[in-house]
Amino acid sequence: MSTATQTSLALEMPSDTYLNSSYGVKSWFLTGDHKRIAVMYIVSISLMFLLGGVFATLVRLELLTPAGDLFQSDTYNKLFTMHGVVMIFGFLVPSIPVTIGNFLIPIMVGARDLAFPKINLASWYIYIIGMIFMLAAIISGGVDTGWTFYTPLSTQYLTTHVMFTAIGILIAGFSSIFTGLNFIVTVHRMRAPGMTWFRLPLFVWSNYAASIIMVLGTPVLAITLILVALERGLHIGIFNPALGGDPVLFQHMFWFYSHPAVYIMILPGFGVISEIIPCFARKRIFGYSAIAFSSIAIAVFGFLVWAHHMFIAGISTYSALIFSFVTFLVAIPSAIKVFNWTATLYKGSIHFDTPMLYALAFIGLFTIGGLTGLFLGAIGVDMHVTATYFVVAHFHYVMVGGMLVAYLAGMHFWWPKMTGRMYPEAPAKLSALIVFIGFNLTFFPQFILGYMGMPRRYHSYPPEFQVLNVLSTAGASVLAVGLLMPMFYMLWSLKYGEIAGNNPYRATGLEWQTTSPPPTHNFHETPIVTQEAYDYESQTEEVEVVG
Amino acid sequence: MSDSQTTTLQAHHHHDPSLLVQFDTAYQQKDASQFGMWVFLITEIMFFGGLFGAYLIYRNLYNPAFVAASTSIAIKWGAINTAVLICSSLTMAMGVHSAALGARKLLVFWLGATLVLGSVFLGIKGIEYYDKYTEHHIPGANFDFNYDRAEKGEKLVPADVATQTSIFFALYFAMTGMHALHMIIGAGILVFLIWRAYHGAYPPHHYTMVENFGLYWHFVDIIWIFLFPLLYLVSRSPVH
Repeated sequence: MSTATQTSLALEMPSDTYLNSSYGVKSWFLTGDHKRIAVMYIVSISLMFLLGGVFATLVRLELLTPAGDLFQSDTYNKLFTMHGVVMIFGFLVPSIPVTIGNFLIPIMVGARDLAFPKINLASWYIYIIGMIFMLAAIISGGVDTGWTFYTPLSTQYLTTHVMFTAIGILIAGFSSIFTGLNFIVTVHRMRAPGMTWFRLPLFVWSNYAASIIMVLGTPVLAITLILVALERGLHIGIFNPALGGDPVLFQHMFWFYSHPAVYIMILPGFGVISEIIPCFARKRIFGYSAIAFSSIAIAVFGFLVWAHHMFIAGISTYSALIFSFVTFLVAIPSAIKVFNWTATLYKGSIHFDTPMLYALAFIGLFTIGGLTGLFLGAIGVDMHVTATYFVVAHFHYVMVGGMLVAYLAGMHFWWPKMTGRMYPEAPAKLSALIVFIGFNLTFFPQFILGYMGMPRRYHSYPPEFQVLNVLSTAGASVLAVGLLMPMFYMLWSLKYGEIAGNNPYRATGLEWQTTSPPPTHNFHETPIVTQEAYDYESQTEEVEVVG
Repeated sequence: MSDSQTTTLQAHHHHDPSLLVQFDTAYQQKDASQFGMWVFLITEIMFFGGLFGAYLIYRNLYNPAFVAASTSIAIKWGAINTAVLICSSLTMAMGVHSAALGARKLLVFWLGATLVLGSVFLGIKGIEYYDKYTEHHIPGANFDFNYDRAEKGEKLVPADVATQTSIFFALYFAMTGMHALHMIIGAGILVFLIWRAYHGAYPPHHYTMVENFGLYWHFVDIIWIFLFPLLYLVSRSPVH
């Protein structure tokens, strides 16, 4: 949209913002302001993302050749484990909620802050402490259990730093619980006058659904990790077959959290897309309540599918059948969302700004990720492709093609709101294109590799798989370029970006009615809400008259 | 409506230092923090739920071992502790009531009584743990279920069942240990609350902290109400 460019000369930075209300180290590290905490989180999770990216790079380099020539198999085990642990617990689980969510949810519901600002700040410190434990484990030699910590491998056989890593994840989990708790209470109790449940932006709905999972799932992970630590440290026998313990029980408890955790990661992404699509299609979102309820449905069904990770772990046929069936059910609310976004695009006046490019990429990539999930939910197919690169490709399509792309879409979309300045459009569009191409080049070959039978988690492979692996590694370097670009031009824009003004996209929604960046308490007057957040149709008419 | 709200809000912010800036009214503030406490207790239920789930599975798998191990625990201490904890819930409820009435000294007294009862519980738990240590019933180090059963005139159990009792004791220590940890944290918060209450920090219009802590304390109590029968009373009925 060119509106921003045309009028930017006349725009000035607001005088009273959350960034200049106070200065100094203490004003940040002791802040209760959800926006400052969001900024602190953005910096922290970006660092973890870079670290996880380094491990990914090393993994892809090793897989360039069939022989295990770059690293010993032990080292390789550590690399993919630490890639998984850092990316999942350091980046993907917190990602959108603690950054964009933290920044926007109070503004979107018309509140001055989250319900519990001190708990919000505490969650950041707890996250940092968790990450310090994790980094300590990495620096002192790493861990090689795979991110899943399967027993009895993790409890009896390995001598690496399982304990440190588990404690780090346990601590980071509490940060997640605090965030979820804060969001739930804020959405229930802090809405502005007139902000009814069905006027809430869909971003709030999806973060609310993710918060329910954080609050219900994370404690189970906590107790599971405590039991692993007890088993490992004191040999109490609870997961040790020699003493009558059942390692499969660990898998049940672990996946009871870790499958819903996938929805912690993806649901906030759905929310971002639901905000961006109507804005750049200039249309009301299609099927608002269907999208809202589908988020809740995903949160509920998400708790009933965990054993589809265990079809080959010796669970009973009947329970496998039921878990397979419920897994298929999850596809329904997910598809509802995709259909509704597509229907929103239909006959919209579509603008291909950067956030929209990322959002469109999301729809395509997530659809592939979701549909291949159904292959894996079908017991027969799963027997064939489980523990192969097919699985790796599937969850990267969801986690990177879905979640990470949605995060980038959201960061671009709300960047002017957070910083007051626009990102540079040309390099941003280029980055979206490069990410899309690089991503597909990296992970599509892995579907084929997996289907041909290449197992995951090995540092060497038969030579006939090399061509596809070389393609994948080449794609990874393209993807890396695409992902590094935003880091540079976003930082650049902090100083040199055009001044954005309050509403550069002429978007609806409360966050666009306050200044960019917003003042410390978000609004100078508590807003009164009289309509839902997607009133694009009346706006479009107005523009047509002017144009 | 918003005008009147904005005015009340400013009035509050000027006159009531206990009203935090993000809230419009004292009612909203109290309501939000109590709601937050309930959500937190739900996370606690899920936390203990993992242990209860493991208990359910192993009790079904190894029922004879669970019966043998459960009957080896001194029911006396568990029963006394149950009574102690229920009394502490009563004193806690009285404390909340006193806070609502604005009776500062009574509040300090009831919170103090709760702290004493909580400490008694932990002391008795310590005695029980020590007994487990002398009986070699702590999984890991030198676990031997039959260690001194012959001397005590109890029937020795077969070797495989004796091994499986280790699972029972692992759960026993994990469950009562996590419960005791919650008690210890609770006791720490109680010390803080007593000190603050003594200095008059919880007037009748602003004692949500005491009320929320009460919810926590009752929750920890209820966990014990489930733990006691599950751990101490497996097949204790004389019919068996």
